[in-house]
Amino acid sequence: MASAPTTKAAAGAAAQDPILKVEHLSMRFGGLMAINDLSFECRRGDITALIGPNGAGKTTVFNCITGFYKPTMGMMTLRQKGGQDYLLERLADFEITKRAKVARTFQNIRLFTGLTVLENLLVAQHNALMRASGYTILGLFGFPAYRKASKESIELARYWLDKASLTERADDPAGDLPYGAQRRLEIARAMCTGPELLCLDEPAAGLNPRESLALNTLLQGIRADTGTSILLIEHDMSVVMEISDHVVVLEYGQKISDGTPDFVKNDPKVIAAYLGVEDDEVEEVIAEVEEVAHEVEGGQK
Amino acid sequence: MATVSANPARAEASSTARALREAVFAGIIAFGLFVLYVGLKTDQNISNELILVQRWGLLAIFVGVAMVARFIGVLYVQPFLKRRRTAKSEASDLELQPSYFRRNFSTIAIIALVLYPPLMVALFGTQGSLKWVDNFGIQILIYVMLAWGLNIVVGLAGLLDLGYVAFYAVGAYSYALLSTHLGLSFWVLLPLSGLLAAVWGMVLGFPVLRLRGDYLAIVTLAFGEIIRLVLINWTDVTQGTFGVSGVAKASIFGIYSFDVGAANNFAKVWGLPMSAAYYKIFLFYVILALALLTAFVTIRLRRMPVGRAWEALREDEIACRSLGINTVTTKLTAFATGAMFGGFAGSFFAARQGFVSPESFVFLESAVILAIVVLGGMGSLVGIAVAAVLMIGGTEILRELTFLKAVFGPDFTPELYRMLIFGLAMVVVMVLKPRGFVGSREPSAFLHERKSVSSSFTKEGHG
Repeated sequence: MASAPTTKAAAGAAAQDPILKVEHLSMRFGGLMAINDLSFECRRGDITALIGPNGAGKTTVFNCITGFYKPTMGMMTLRQKGGQDYLLERLADFEITKRAKVARTFQNIRLFTGLTVLENLLVAQHNALMRASGYTILGLFGFPAYRKASKESIELARYWLDKASLTERADDPAGDLPYGAQRRLEIARAMCTGPELLCLDEPAAGLNPRESLALNTLLQGIRADTGTSILLIEHDMSVVMEISDHVVVLEYGQKISDGTPDFVKNDPKVIAAYLGVEDDEVEEVIAEVEEVAHEVEGGQK
Repeated sequence: MATVSANPARAEASSTARALREAVFAGIIAFGLFVLYVGLKTDQNISNELILVQRWGLLAIFVGVAMVARFIGVLYVQPFLKRRRTAKSEASDLELQPSYFRRNFSTIAIIALVLYPPLMVALFGTQGSLKWVDNFGIQILIYVMLAWGLNIVVGLAGLLDLGYVAFYAVGAYSYALLSTHLGLSFWVLLPLSGLLAAVWGMVLGFPVLRLRGDYLAIVTLAFGEIIRLVLINWTDVTQGTFGVSGVAKASIFGIYSFDVGAANNFAKVWGLPMSAAYYKIFLFYVILALALLTAFVTIRLRRMPVGRAWEALREDEIACRSLGINTVTTKLTAFATGAMFGGFAGSFFAARQGFVSPESFVFLESAVILAIVVLGGMGSLVGIAVAAVLMIGGTEILRELTFLKAVFGPDFTPELYRMLIFGLAMVVVMVLKPRGFVGSREPSAFLHERKSVSSSFTKEGHG
C-alpha cells in the first residue's frame, strides 16, 4: 500500500509481458450476446484503451474484469509483478481489488458523497488498515502499531491528493466538489488501494478541454511514478490518441481492430464502425469483416 | 403620510383575518380528528354492559386548544421565525463562534449525569429520590444506550433494522435464565449476554444480507417477532407469558449485596436506613457507565477502518466492493456490534426489573428506539441522547402533569395521550428538522481543519 508511490518502476523498461490476458471472453444476457469471443492483452506499464461505438460492450468487458459480472465463458489471467497469476473470473468482486490488485472507477461517478475527500481516500486503504489494526481489536485498545499505520495512510492520501491537485479541498465533502475534481478524486481513490492494474471507465466524460488535459497529466504521472498499468474506456479521442500505447476497438461485442493509436486511426474497419459507410460499400465491408472473422477462427483452431 | 400609515394597518388586519381563517380550518380538522377518539368513549357499566360516554366538553377544549394554537402560530410565531431567519442570513457572513455551553456540551452533560443522583437525594430525600433516579434517570439511560447501539446499525451502516428489540430480549433472557439456573453473577453474565446477543445478531444478519432497503426492514421486523413468539411459546424454558421472576440483583462486584437478607447488605454494612434507593443509585451508575462505554466504542470505531467502511457502505455499496471491502463481513460486524450493546442493555434491564416477560419486547419498543435514532439525527451521538431525553423523559413527565386535571376535568389522565403527543412531536420535528436534531456529520479524520459535513451530502443508506 505505502510502497505504491515509492516504487518508481521505469515504464519504458517494462518487459513485453502481459499484465492482463483476456482469452475467449463471452458474456450473454439472455438472448443478447454482449461480448462474443473477445481476446486481447494489456502489457505491463502500458496504457491500453478500449474504444468502440455506444453499446459495443466496453463497460461489460470492464464489469467482467472487475468481477461485477461473471462471464459466460472465457479466461482472464492477471499476472502480478511478483509472478503470481490470478484467474479473475474465479474471484469475488472485492477480492479482485484486494488480492489481484485491480482497481476501477465508474462511468457514473461513485464517490462516498457524505464523507470528506480525505475520508474517501482512507476508505480505499481499508484492507491495509484492517491488518494494521489487528482486525479492529488492537486498534480499539489504541495500540501504537495502528496509530502509526493510520498516520501513514494519511500520508499516502496526501500524496494522491497532491497528484490530483485536491489538497485544498481535502476536508470538504466529496459531493461538494465540481465534476472534474470528482473524476480526479475517484482516480486518486482507486490508486489508494495500491493497484497493479487501474481500470478507468470513461474518465474524461463530461470534462472540459482544460480538465481533460489535467487528466492526461494525472494518468501519465501515475504510470511514470508507480508503474501501474492502465486500461481505459474512452470516447474522447484526444485523450485516447494522446496517452494510450495500445488501442483495442470493439463493435457489437467483437474485436475489430487492435494496435497502436496510429494503426487503429487509419484502419478502414474502425472508420466504418465509427462513421458508417456508403450504401454501395456495405457488401464490401461485410465481406471484409467475414473474412477477418474466418481468419480469427482459423487462427484459433 | 396617510397611505404609509394605512398600509401596515391594512396588512395587520389582513394577517389577523388570515390567522382567524386558519384557526377555523384547524378547528375543523381537530374536530374531525378527535370527534370519535375524544368526543365518544366506550365504557362498561356495573352490569358489564358496554355504554357510550359522550364527552363534548373535553372535545370542545381540544378543538379550542387547536384553534388558539393555530391562531397564535399564524399571527405571531410565523412572522417571528421569518424575521429571525432573515436576521440569521444577514449575520451569516460574521464569524459565528459557538457558545461555551455548545462547545463543551458532552463534558457538561457527563458531569451533570454523575452529579444527578446525589442531587436528587439532596432535593427529595433518600426515598423521594427513587422516582427521579429510577423512572427518569435509569429509564432514559437504557434508551440512550439502546439507541446508541441501534445507531451503529442504522445510523452508521445504513441498514434499517426494525427488530432491534430482539437483541434486547436475548440479553435480558440470557441474564434471567443463566442467573436463576446456574447462579452466575451479574458481572459474569453481563459480557456473556452481550456476546450471546452478538452471536444472534450474526445468525439473524447472515440470511438477510442479500436484502436491501424495505425488504431488509420487513425481514428484521419478522425476526424480532419470531424471537418474541419463541419466548412466549417455549414455556419449558421461558415460562411463556408468566415470565421469569425473582431474577437476582446485581451486586457491587460481590463486595456489597443489595439483597435484604444478605450479611453484606450495603445499607446494613454502612449502618444506613433500609431503602431501595441505594440499589437504584448503584444501577444508575452502572447504566451510565455502560452507555458511556457504548459511546466510547462508537467514537473509537468510527475512526477505525471498520467504522469508515460502515459509513462508506451507507453511502455506496458498489463503490465499497470496488475498493476491496468485503461487504458481507462489514455488514455482519455492524449487526453484531449493535446487537452486543442491545444485549448489554437487556441484561441490565433484567437485573433492574428482577422480572422479564415477553411483554417488554414488543415491536413498539423497536419503533421507539428507531424513532429516537431518527429524531436525534442518524449517526450523531449527542443528538440521539437529546432525543432520548425528550421522548422517554417526555412520556414519563406526563405522569407528573396532575395540574392538567384542573383544565380538562378530574377524569383526565395525561398518560393516555402519550402516543398522540408522540406522533405530534414526530411530525413537528420532521417538518422543522427533517434530518433530526443534529443533521450534520463529523468527519473521522482531517488534514487541515475539522469541518462538519452538511446533511445534504450524506445518504441514509439503502439497506
